[in-house]
Amino acid sequence: MSEKKAPVAPRSTDAESVGGAERTQLQMIVSRFARHRAAMVSLVALVVIVLFTFVGPFVWRWDHTVHLEIPPSVPPNADHPLGTTTAGHDVLGQLMRGTQQTLKVALTVSVLGTVVGSLWGATAGYYGGRVDALMMRVVDVFLIVPLLIMVAAIAGNARAGTTWYAVALIIAFFSWAQIARVVRGVVLSLREQDYVEAAKAAGASPGWIIVRHLLPNAAGPIIVAATLLIAVAILLEAGMSFLQFGIQPPDISLGQMISDARTAVSTRPWLFYPPGLMLLAICLTINFIGDGLRDALDPRQTMVRR
Amino acid sequence: MTTTDQKSNEGTTPRGTDDVVLEVRDLSVTFPSDDGPLPAVREVSYVLRRGEALGIVGESGSGKSVTSMAIMGLLPKNARVEGSARVLGQEVVGLRDEKISRIRGNRIAMIFQDPLTSLNPVYTVGYQIAEAVLAHHKVGKKAAMDRALDLLKLVGIPHPEQRIKQYPHELSGGMRQRVVIAIAMANEPDVIIADEPTTALDVTVQAQVLEALEAARKETGAALVLITHDLGVVAGHVDRVGVMYGGRMVEMGPVEDVFYRPRMPYALGLLGSLPRLDEDRGERLTPILGTPPSLLALPTGCAFSPRCPMARDVCHEKEPRLLATDENGERVRVPVEDTSAHTAACHFSDQLGETAPEDLFRATSVQADTVVKLDAAEERAEEALDEISDSDTGSTEESGRERETILTVKDLVKNFPIRSKGLLKRKVGEVQAVSGISLDLREKETLALVGESGCGKSTTARLILQLIKQTSGEVSYMGQPLHTLSPRQMRPLRRDLQLVFQDPFASLDPRMTVSDIIAEPMRIHGRSNSDAKGRVKELLDLVGLSSEHGSRYPHEFSGGQRQRIGIARALALNPKVLLLDEPVSALDVSIQAGVINLLEDLQEELGLSYMFVSHDLSVVKHIADRVAVMYLGKIVETGTTEELFRAPSHPYTQALISAIPLPDPVKERTRERIVVTGDVPSPADPPSGCRFRTRCPKFADELSESERTKCVEEPPELIDRGSGHRDACHYSKVMELLSASRS
Repeated sequence: MSEKKAPVAPRSTDAESVGGAERTQLQMIVSRFARHRAAMVSLVALVVIVLFTFVGPFVWRWDHTVHLEIPPSVPPNADHPLGTTTAGHDVLGQLMRGTQQTLKVALTVSVLGTVVGSLWGATAGYYGGRVDALMMRVVDVFLIVPLLIMVAAIAGNARAGTTWYAVALIIAFFSWAQIARVVRGVVLSLREQDYVEAAKAAGASPGWIIVRHLLPNAAGPIIVAATLLIAVAILLEAGMSFLQFGIQPPDISLGQMISDARTAVSTRPWLFYPPGLMLLAICLTINFIGDGLRDALDPRQTMVRR
Repeated sequence: MTTTDQKSNEGTTPRGTDDVVLEVRDLSVTFPSDDGPLPAVREVSYVLRRGEALGIVGESGSGKSVTSMAIMGLLPKNARVEGSARVLGQEVVGLRDEKISRIRGNRIAMIFQDPLTSLNPVYTVGYQIAEAVLAHHKVGKKAAMDRALDLLKLVGIPHPEQRIKQYPHELSGGMRQRVVIAIAMANEPDVIIADEPTTALDVTVQAQVLEALEAARKETGAALVLITHDLGVVAGHVDRVGVMYGGRMVEMGPVEDVFYRPRMPYALGLLGSLPRLDEDRGERLTPILGTPPSLLALPTGCAFSPRCPMARDVCHEKEPRLLATDENGERVRVPVEDTSAHTAACHFSDQLGETAPEDLFRATSVQADTVVKLDAAEERAEEALDEISDSDTGSTEESGRERETILTVKDLVKNFPIRSKGLLKRKVGEVQAVSGISLDLREKETLALVGESGCGKSTTARLILQLIKQTSGEVSYMGQPLHTLSPRQMRPLRRDLQLVFQDPFASLDPRMTVSDIIAEPMRIHGRSNSDAKGRVKELLDLVGLSSEHGSRYPHEFSGGQRQRIGIARALALNPKVLLLDEPVSALDVSIQAGVINLLEDLQEELGLSYMFVSHDLSVVKHIADRVAVMYLGKIVETGTTEELFRAPSHPYTQALISAIPLPDPVKERTRERIVVTGDVPSPADPPSGCRFRTRCPKFADELSESERTKCVEEPPELIDRGSGHRDACHYSKVMELLSASRS
């Protein structure tokens, strides 16, 4: 038996069938996701939030900065639906800009942290032995360093803490270790599975096995960790802003808004509740979407009832 | 408790209802599930008389275990149990838990499959037996411990005084199962339900445990319900047998009647699909087509009708009752109490009587959901084969006498280090998994590697594939040494050497579609996507699946179909050698036959060489050309299949062959047995000299003191006893164990 006996069918039909098969697979994932009601509602909600924060600023007449025309400390009214601050910001304008910055930071951190953490953890878990010991000691170092202090120290020295991507990079640099540890644990058991050995027997390289078999099968825990990381990133960013290291005024983030309004919860509630509820909404929707995604990516889930 | 007169009439089946210890009537169990009610057991009725042994056989999902769990009151709370089950006249269905506890363990006891999980690891075995005694009797602790000691003696545990103080992990699997039997016997119950008591054990240990069970039963006069999938175990150890299918009892009768004159096509099919140790290789197995029905979507009428070659219209409409056939060939009703009757649930059971499995079932390798689909699949398979053989005509001609050796293994050794716990991980010992094995595999032949668990047979397969690195020794393929190659250099050679796994559930990546799984080896070796897609279709046809199956995921398939997917993946790169690691041992009997036939067909059509690793000698006898028997990392005997089974010369081979239960009640009860004692020693500390000497019946009984010294001091070499039949025993003697079959 040799290469000679390649398929006789003409190329074009083959190419078609390839596309067809892959489309149906994607369709299956989409339909499984669509059946997850909470995830679908959350997805719609998140899209609305994203539109609100990215398109909103072009539509709304006030931006997030101080304007002399804005009367200070006014409760919600027709001109300012969410009221104004003592300094003369429009809260709605602030909320749009703040949510936008927070989302950018949180998603960047989550993506970077998850990619780096998963690969790191999976590599350590797959090879085991000395490689594993060395790689996981590095992870331990990142885990035991008090995160906020390190972040604050670096951000303070680098003086780069005023732009969102610098903040995101710094937070990501210190938060991938948690994911690496989770993934390594999962991979330790997955690598003993027969299908991994089958791939080895077929001649697959370690990289192929990690990317094609180990990471997809670890998708559940990875997604859970990634959604948690988003919440953590939002909180960290808020903490950094509070310590004057995060996104700096005149720019604004949700964390900053909340920390500014922390003394006004009962006296001027319109300052505190909009960013607080927005933060809650983002964390909840992302968690539900994560749930739905995890179920949709698992072909064993035939039906999702909720 | 038992009296002497009960013991004396043990084995016979007297009439009347007064000696009935267990009576099950119209027992049905339904589980609520997300997809609607799941009827696991449907209207099962049987009676069990004092001292009688009843076997219940069936494939996975036939409801055989659920029935006994219902009797024991061990089902989860959400299960709906209807009908009645009486233990000594006392109704147990619907009884409250505290009431049933008084019966459970006292009047009726259960032995579970896995001795590892049915014993509590934090208590000594003596304590656990004593606990069972104390649960039902007001005796002192001392008295209970004394009873525990007696029970350990009863089930044949050597040195019971020491064992009684040991914890379960200090005992081997066979010993643990004996302890479980001792616990079941603790209160001299009237009924013992044994649910697959030996499935987790090796054959030689299985024989010991079954013997212990038999002995213990004789002592207490308990009746036995033996639930198993192994027709051989049933044949030798029970008086009557019931066959379950799709939650129903479909045939029941005295064991000889059911085995020699089955009246239900399913029972007939099961017997036909079983590879047999007492038959020649030439005959093909006759598998039952299709897969067992899903209990959620049972067919109307007879549950077996979609797979039954005899099925007619009435079978698809009306469910047959369990009836006997009288002298005039009429189907008549008999009372359940009549334990001598042979009943079957088939509309046409009167037409079956002397039918052989081959008359009814076709010997084919293809298995499909329906017979209609099957024909189409067969056609496609043939087309695919034509296509393949077109390009292959050149090689078929040179199938001359001399088969070329393509794979050679020489003095292969693998020791796994045992490391200490803690930071330093010092090496504290070695597990000698494989100790100096030499093999050669010739072109287009099947070499079987057999042995019990832990003998190193799977490790050998992985060493050959260089999936693990050997400690020393050589492996060469077509004259090229593999053991010196780097992983990168090895990659192109992997095309020719492929592996098929035992567990069809773990060996397929659950997140990949079947197409992707089969195409993966081709992608790894750089075939283009469209190229691979076409080949996947061919391969699916070749293994008897349809190409629509490609876009589905593994979990949607049954065990047999998954194993076919695994075989298709292994064939993707047109290998020359397949290493089959227990490819059929995880499958149900009726499915197993289809896969075996498929493997035989593929070998013939594609000219493959097989290295068949298995513990199942019946399958090996059916499929292999040559056999190598392994024990504790060494080959103890090797020869052609015909020679090795006809005239085994090593005591271990002899013991192994005689321990395999034959699915034939008369042969099984009358054959000569060579019983091996004890368990396989730890490979971390193998015995000196001959590794088998600690269990060897010859060493224990026949040899003189001076002869024994040689066994202890000198490891025996594999020596040729003529015509390539070699064994490693200082005092080997040929022995004929299997009377030649009539065929």
